[in-house]
Amino acid sequence: MTPRGKRFAIAAGIVGAVGIAAALVLNAFNSNLVFFYSPSQVAAKEAPAGRTFRLGGLVEQGSVKRDGVTVRFTVTDMVRAIPVRYEGILPDLFREGKGVVAQGQVGGDGVFVAREVLAKHDENYMPPEASAALKRAAAASQVGVPR
Amino acid sequence: MIPELGQLALLLALAAALIQGTLPLVGAARNRADWMALARPAAQVQCVLVAFAFACLASAFVRNDFSVLYVAEHSNTSLPLAYRIAGVWGGHEGSLLLWLLMLCGWMLALARFSRSIPAPVVARILAVMGLIGAGFLLFMLVTSNPFERIVPVPPNGNDLNPLLQDPGMVVHPPMLYMGYVGFSVAFAFAIAALLGGDLSAQWARWMRPWTTAAWCFLTLGIMLGSLWAYYVLGWGGWWFWDPVENASFMPWLAGTALIHSLAVTDKRGAFKSWTVLLAIVAFSLSLLGTFIVRSGVLSSVHAFATDPKRGVFILSFLVIVIGGSLLLYAWRAPKVGLGARFEMVSRESMLLVNNVLFVVAMLSVLLGTLYPLLLDALDLGKISVGPPYFDTVFLPLMAPVLFLLGIGPLARWKQAELPALAKRLRWAAGVAVLATLAAALVAGRITLGAAFGVLMSVWIVASIATDLAHRLRPIGPAPVSLWTRIQTLPRPLLGMMLAHVGVAVFAFGVSMVRTYEVERDVKMQTGDTTEVAGYVFTLRGLRNVKGPNYDAVQAVVDVRRNGTPVALMHPEKRTYRVQGTALTDAAIDRDIARDLYVSLGEPVEGGAWIVRIYVKPFVDWIWGGCLLMALGGALAASDRRYRAKQASEATSPITATLATGASA
Repeated sequence: MTPRGKRFAIAAGIVGAVGIAAALVLNAFNSNLVFFYSPSQVAAKEAPAGRTFRLGGLVEQGSVKRDGVTVRFTVTDMVRAIPVRYEGILPDLFREGKGVVAQGQVGGDGVFVAREVLAKHDENYMPPEASAALKRAAAASQVGVPR
Repeated sequence: MIPELGQLALLLALAAALIQGTLPLVGAARNRADWMALARPAAQVQCVLVAFAFACLASAFVRNDFSVLYVAEHSNTSLPLAYRIAGVWGGHEGSLLLWLLMLCGWMLALARFSRSIPAPVVARILAVMGLIGAGFLLFMLVTSNPFERIVPVPPNGNDLNPLLQDPGMVVHPPMLYMGYVGFSVAFAFAIAALLGGDLSAQWARWMRPWTTAAWCFLTLGIMLGSLWAYYVLGWGGWWFWDPVENASFMPWLAGTALIHSLAVTDKRGAFKSWTVLLAIVAFSLSLLGTFIVRSGVLSSVHAFATDPKRGVFILSFLVIVIGGSLLLYAWRAPKVGLGARFEMVSRESMLLVNNVLFVVAMLSVLLGTLYPLLLDALDLGKISVGPPYFDTVFLPLMAPVLFLLGIGPLARWKQAELPALAKRLRWAAGVAVLATLAAALVAGRITLGAAFGVLMSVWIVASIATDLAHRLRPIGPAPVSLWTRIQTLPRPLLGMMLAHVGVAVFAFGVSMVRTYEVERDVKMQTGDTTEVAGYVFTLRGLRNVKGPNYDAVQAVVDVRRNGTPVALMHPEKRTYRVQGTALTDAAIDRDIARDLYVSLGEPVEGGAWIVRIYVKPFVDWIWGGCLLMALGGALAASDRRYRAKQASEATSPITATLATGASA
């Protein structure tokens, strides 16, 4: 092979490899994006059925019920509330009345089945998703956001 | 009084940094020796001042001086002394000061160990680092002053975040920062090369040990962070693809590409402008990592309160550093040149593939980490990118890396013959296949992932063994003992081999954990028994324990296997008194072949607890592999060849022949 041909082959090889990698990355990226929805949006059936998404808001006071390993609670944005079911151990900072983000899917019975529950490791800290949900709901219904 | 002195020291340090960042640079351009000579003393003055400021802040923590806002926010009288000192870097302001202190440490080392480097080069390098220091000092003084006072003085402090009250957390940030900041040396070398318009092989040789040392610290820092997440967060995972982890992983990926590309520049004079670009990218990602983690942009364990003024400053700083250096690169890189030619199959082409794969991996992490931030900033909706994305992208990208790792180090520079390579490696390949089959037989079941992991780890180790045996074969008629022959091998070569064995160990650990780990959440009462993966866990009882600043419920869990006692474990659920926060302290029984992991979830009705039990085979190999990589890097960086002056190139004949035949 001539030096020019060789250089061309190397360049083509790199471009090909990067191209394949880019296709792989973008495909994985597209199918693994997790969107965020507020309880009001979920109640209005805006969330996609059969796809994983994040639900954020406050854990409603008095809604947490434990039955062995299964936990049930309600996530609210002070306008609408969505029931959530989760199996396993909740994070240390999961509290009633505090911000929470759950990741999972809506089941056939309208209950959000969470595969992951995130509560952040600071008492005063509100997950951005949760506070966004509260603000959006408050703006829509013209009531103040409780702090 | 002392905090004011600290603040004054920071102001003076800014002045020193500005002198260090300007005059030597002008001096190097105009060839004025007296101005260039300012770089070293200015760096030393800046170091002393920053160290003094750091000591002032530390003393405020030790003396419980709650009139300082930062101390009041991150300490408490009941906090043990070691954690009060670690509290210095427990928040945003103090982390910046620690970062600066590390920068000064690197500058001091550079000023001390750069006698063999020409004066204009040293002047430029120290000047660039001085400018970085000035940027950080300005940021601290304008937006994040750690010495700010608070009136009225609170009677006691707010306490350190309980998650950070852990020995791992005392060491993790300094290590990580040593790595981040260490890349500033490589960055400064690159910028100096662009300014001077010359990047010879000699240049790469100066740059190599510094870059490798920084990479070692970063590797250790990430390893400690992962280890900490494993036992403190109570989830038992070792990597979550959390944005904060990604922020430290991106510079690591770029840095790994950089140390490999530097090898080519050092040995063959090729990949020059690419090396410069990688150095710029690695440091830019380090800056990005420092800022996105500590600025509160990311919602995570590490994030602190957000302040818009800080965000604007950070953004401008990043734009100036990254944009400026890339502009300089575009303008000057053609002068640096491309370097020597090489064939399609050669050590160079293998390292090129390594670089392409690592950079693509880095970019895919960057995309997954920044895209959600970007969408949010533009108000286009909130999304998150979870572990499935990174898993699907990473495994296919790293698979060829592992495979080629077995071939690359044996390929010759410039031109290698594929048939000869295949012939040399046929034993390694055979051993790897046999080992995989044996593993499948022993384990009883095997997945594609586990099979691949075993295959690749054994392949890498066997290939290194082949290489080592070849290099250690007796040459010449005179009998030389094996130990003498090992000693004549160049250190960078041994370091590389050790680090690559680390990769194999790591890959093995990851594939084993992913395939064979067993996780179970169960409800247990005193006396209840659960069997997980052949181990019988019995909850013997629960008791209340008092720590220095927390109360805890401690469980006593007895573990048996086939009736014989294996371990007695004491997981705790702690409540820290000051902030009232709960913390899960997992109990781990470590063994080379498996970890038993028990953590307490929450109490449920009837005195029972939800208990999380994991059996994780070979999980410690993950961190062991990282440790080997870092050790290998340290061994390579410690080679005397890098420190020796050009004049002392002549070495003993035997070393010289071995070194040319065995160049790392």
